[in-house]
Amino acid sequence: MELFLTFLKAFAVGGAICTIAQLLINYTKITSGKILVTFLLAGALLQAFGLYQYVVDFAGAAATFPISGFGYLLAKGAIEGAKEGLFGAITGGITAAGAGITAAITFGYLFAVIFKVRSKKN
Amino acid sequence: MRNRTFIFKNQPRIHATATLGGPKEGSGPVGKYIDTIVHDDYFGEKTFEKSERKMLEYAIRQAIQKTNFSDKEIGAIVAGDLLNQIISSSYACRAFDIPFLGIYNACSTMSEAFIIGGMMVDGGYVENVICATGSHFSSAERQYRYPLELGNTRPPQAQWTVTGAGAAVLSVRGKGPKLVAATLGKVVDFGITDTNNMGAAMAPAAADTLLEHFKNSHFKPEDYDLIITGDLGAFGSRIFKDLMWEKGFDISERHVDCGEMIYNIAEDEFQGGSGAGCSAIVFNGYFYKKLCNKEYKRIVLIATGALLSSVSSQQGESIPSIAHAAVFES
Amino acid sequence: MQGNENINFNKNYIDYISSIAPKTKETRSLLRAFWVGGTICCIGQFIRFAFETWLGLSGDELAAYVSVVLIFLGGLLTGLGVYDRIGKYAGGGSIVPITGFANSVVSPAMEFKSEGFIYGTASKMFIIAGPIIVFGVASSVLIGLSYYIYFLVV
Repeated sequence: MELFLTFLKAFAVGGAICTIAQLLINYTKITSGKILVTFLLAGALLQAFGLYQYVVDFAGAAATFPISGFGYLLAKGAIEGAKEGLFGAITGGITAAGAGITAAITFGYLFAVIFKVRSKKN
Repeated sequence: MRNRTFIFKNQPRIHATATLGGPKEGSGPVGKYIDTIVHDDYFGEKTFEKSERKMLEYAIRQAIQKTNFSDKEIGAIVAGDLLNQIISSSYACRAFDIPFLGIYNACSTMSEAFIIGGMMVDGGYVENVICATGSHFSSAERQYRYPLELGNTRPPQAQWTVTGAGAAVLSVRGKGPKLVAATLGKVVDFGITDTNNMGAAMAPAAADTLLEHFKNSHFKPEDYDLIITGDLGAFGSRIFKDLMWEKGFDISERHVDCGEMIYNIAEDEFQGGSGAGCSAIVFNGYFYKKLCNKEYKRIVLIATGALLSSVSSQQGESIPSIAHAAVFES
Repeated sequence: MQGNENINFNKNYIDYISSIAPKTKETRSLLRAFWVGGTICCIGQFIRFAFETWLGLSGDELAAYVSVVLIFLGGLLTGLGVYDRIGKYAGGGSIVPITGFANSVVSPAMEFKSEGFIYGTASKMFIIAGPIIVFGVASSVLIGLSYYIYFLVV
């Protein structure tokens, strides 16, 4: 039962965040790059005031899967780093998000080498 | 006083045409009028750019072969395309022993080519001239919009760049349809900045050219079997008809749009085709054959072009547009 | 002479266009974004459970592995030409999850392979995702420094 609830929360919160993005697309016609930046900054900013933590506490890890969760991770890392000193304050964010960025670059290059662009039928 | 409309006294004829389309074009309503359908968008090449220039080269070669002329008998190739510095046309023309005039008016390049080629033939400077344009969805998409594999929704007002090429041989001889008159377009910009809404940007240019055409010539809308616009799309066509109606011309019964007719428009997906290849394929394929069969007596082709670049649109500039009209009689 | 900017701009025309322009189907697009976005997050949650149970991972390490796998999947689906289909259907639902970030890295990298592996793939890889890393890093430094000063003062 608890397992079911976890998935339900993941679905609801993940879906809700994406729906907000779709609302933004519908009303402002902004493109995907700007959507990603907006959500990233929103996540980072909310966490700077400790607010995104509530979303994560409620929905579990699912709240960290959208790009706003990436912002959350950066902000959280920076804040924890700041507790250790100036160096930590500067490098904390990228350290926390390092796995994601490394994966994106490595797999990105790998898949680009392997696959070829296809034309679209519609 | 300047007159934007002129009459071709010697009436150059379309001696032959050749068209080539991609798989999506082939399965559309005008598919059976396209000479060659390519089932692979790469056309056996490594990149889409190479594919585009090969398509253009192929269309030009086919057109020449249909006339049985040798390269030496062709006075010039007047061609253009959508890629930066019109590389497709320039590279395609490496294969021919024919002088080359490269032109660019975005998607209205086909009618521009007809007008320039027509003037050369009409003036007696050359006997035969080739007018050709082409475009490719995948190369245009990458130049003007996003990578193909990027997961993005297309807004409902967007259009689809046609993959394909068309070429026509204008000649002093032959029995084909005659090019009788033309009206030059001027650059019109009503301030549309949405690069997905080309139809709205180009409709005022088309209306400007057609109004000028009616004003300067003795023709009325009723004199035409069809008034064909290039690639306004469904939405742009509606605006075009509204604009003409506002000025007192009811063209709704005789207006068709190449972009609107080239694809089976699926529910709310997009507004139709666009690109230099759009009017090239539809006119040189479908309308040329209808003119040869005498199904239409007089039609006017107003190919429309949006004269933007990816730099101007990123800098938030509006979209200047142009439309040239060429009148053909069977 | 007036500025070249507004040479024959027509405000009435722009208003008329925006009043009749075709609209996105609101409810349908939102529903699609919701269910696809929700499903991607559920898949992430499932991977997380799997790693927790079978590999015994936990904490930050677990979270990092899960995002790496999601990025891998997003990249793979992009390479196979599937992700842009999902994106066309779901809009925001597939852009915002971390898989969408992977898509925005892999798609230009593939697209520009024709310009070579260095100036094509490697440098064009970030034409869409670059700003995310720039703003991400910049904002984290800003937040870190603010907190550092805050901790010094308090």
